[in-house]
Amino acid sequence: MQWYWLPEFMPRFIEGLWVTVQLLGLSIFFGMLLAIPLGLVQVTGPRPLSWLARGFCTVIRGTPLLIQLWLIYYGLGSLFPSVPWIRESALWPVLREAFPYAVLAFSISVAGYEGEIMRGAFRGVPKGELEAARALGMSPFKVLHRVWLPRALQNVFPTLTGEFILTLKAVPLASTITIFDVYGVGAIVRQETYRIYEPLLFVGLIYLLLTLALVLVFRYFENKIPKRA
Amino acid sequence: MTRNVSQPNIEATLDVLGLHKSFGKLDVLKGVSLNAHQGDVVSMIGSSGSGKSTFLRCINLLELPTKGEIKLHGEALKFKAGSDSLLPTDKKQVQRFRAQLGMVFQSFNLWQHMTVLENVIEGPIHVLGINKQEARERAENILNRVGLWEKCDQYPSFLSGGQQQRAAIARALAMEPKVMLFDEPTSALDPELVGEVLKVIRGLAEEGRTMIMVTHEMKFARDVSTEVVYLHEGKVEERGPPSKVFGDPESDRCRAFVQSVH
Repeated sequence: MQWYWLPEFMPRFIEGLWVTVQLLGLSIFFGMLLAIPLGLVQVTGPRPLSWLARGFCTVIRGTPLLIQLWLIYYGLGSLFPSVPWIRESALWPVLREAFPYAVLAFSISVAGYEGEIMRGAFRGVPKGELEAARALGMSPFKVLHRVWLPRALQNVFPTLTGEFILTLKAVPLASTITIFDVYGVGAIVRQETYRIYEPLLFVGLIYLLLTLALVLVFRYFENKIPKRA
Repeated sequence: MTRNVSQPNIEATLDVLGLHKSFGKLDVLKGVSLNAHQGDVVSMIGSSGSGKSTFLRCINLLELPTKGEIKLHGEALKFKAGSDSLLPTDKKQVQRFRAQLGMVFQSFNLWQHMTVLENVIEGPIHVLGINKQEARERAENILNRVGLWEKCDQYPSFLSGGQQQRAAIARALAMEPKVMLFDEPTSALDPELVGEVLKVIRGLAEEGRTMIMVTHEMKFARDVSTEVVYLHEGKVEERGPPSKVFGDPESDRCRAFVQSVH
């Protein structure tokens, strides 16, 4: 084993780590933002919306993330430059980068998986507790905001933790669209030093540490949830 | 208990007129009326399936009636005809009505993700818009009255059924409702826990709260009620002061019912 390359590439690994963390954080954030309404309409209806949501979840969960990522990056990414007003818009410097396409693809994936989980979560909240909220005079939005959503999230919190860990492990796919996340930096090391195992081991170690950190953060929140007596 | 049963000249606190409710082809309520004046305690009795719980749930629109009128302090709930039930036309009015009707459920229905205290201050803060400090003081008062202040930081799942139901009563009381609605408040409780809940409800009756109570506790209904309504197959079969309904009912069916459960 030879680790002489490590000090030289350390700054790039730190940059890559930041990219990975950003991709994960943004994808979870936007993904859950989508997953909540996706789960909710499947429980409340109206029917057409609920079918649409179910169809979305089925397609996203039924196709490889790699293909979704490429379709979005090479599809949307090559469509946009041909539209003049997009090229001239203030957003163009951002849209020229691969990063937003990765965030979009990962967010959609998170939304698909977690939308399905949120459907079960919303359905699992006892009807009586929602009735109690309505009987107190809460508006439908307040019932959702104060009782339904927090109760639903509480029920699936451990499941979501596991899901987000899987999402973390999907992030290296971003390196296939020119993004240098932790894995991408590892690949550079391989190309420039011809060392194969050491960078892979190092990248693996970083993911392990990231997972541990994620688990610790979520356990902190999980401990705030009251347990059954 | 000596209290005026009927005060026809004074506006009723709660006035329900000719309530009908059908679930598909099944007619559960066939024109039930009820009025409660300030301080009345109306008990609704009857075998299961007689429609008494449905009636109570129609009053705050947890079920939508198919026909009828509901008035609180003379103000009628606004409805329009829907395909299979009445539909409220003014959502804000419904929310206002509900906030003034304190509902206590058979299965408590406390919010499991909140402590007892949080359950009690939730409505005052997020529905009535009272500030947190005031809501806490109000909650402390009420929880002391139902004997649960020392449990205020506990989560509902750690409490006994009797304690949960007392917390649920506290949650309803914290809204300072005009009328309390009890839907079989002791039916889900172990027998040894029934007493502590009835004691709280009796206390509320004695301080002159207006209450409608669906119950199977006949002795209790006889003790605290100003009026007892016996429902049979969606109709009022017998009504009157407890001494009459339990002691000398006109309906043979009612007589058989109150004797069978005694």
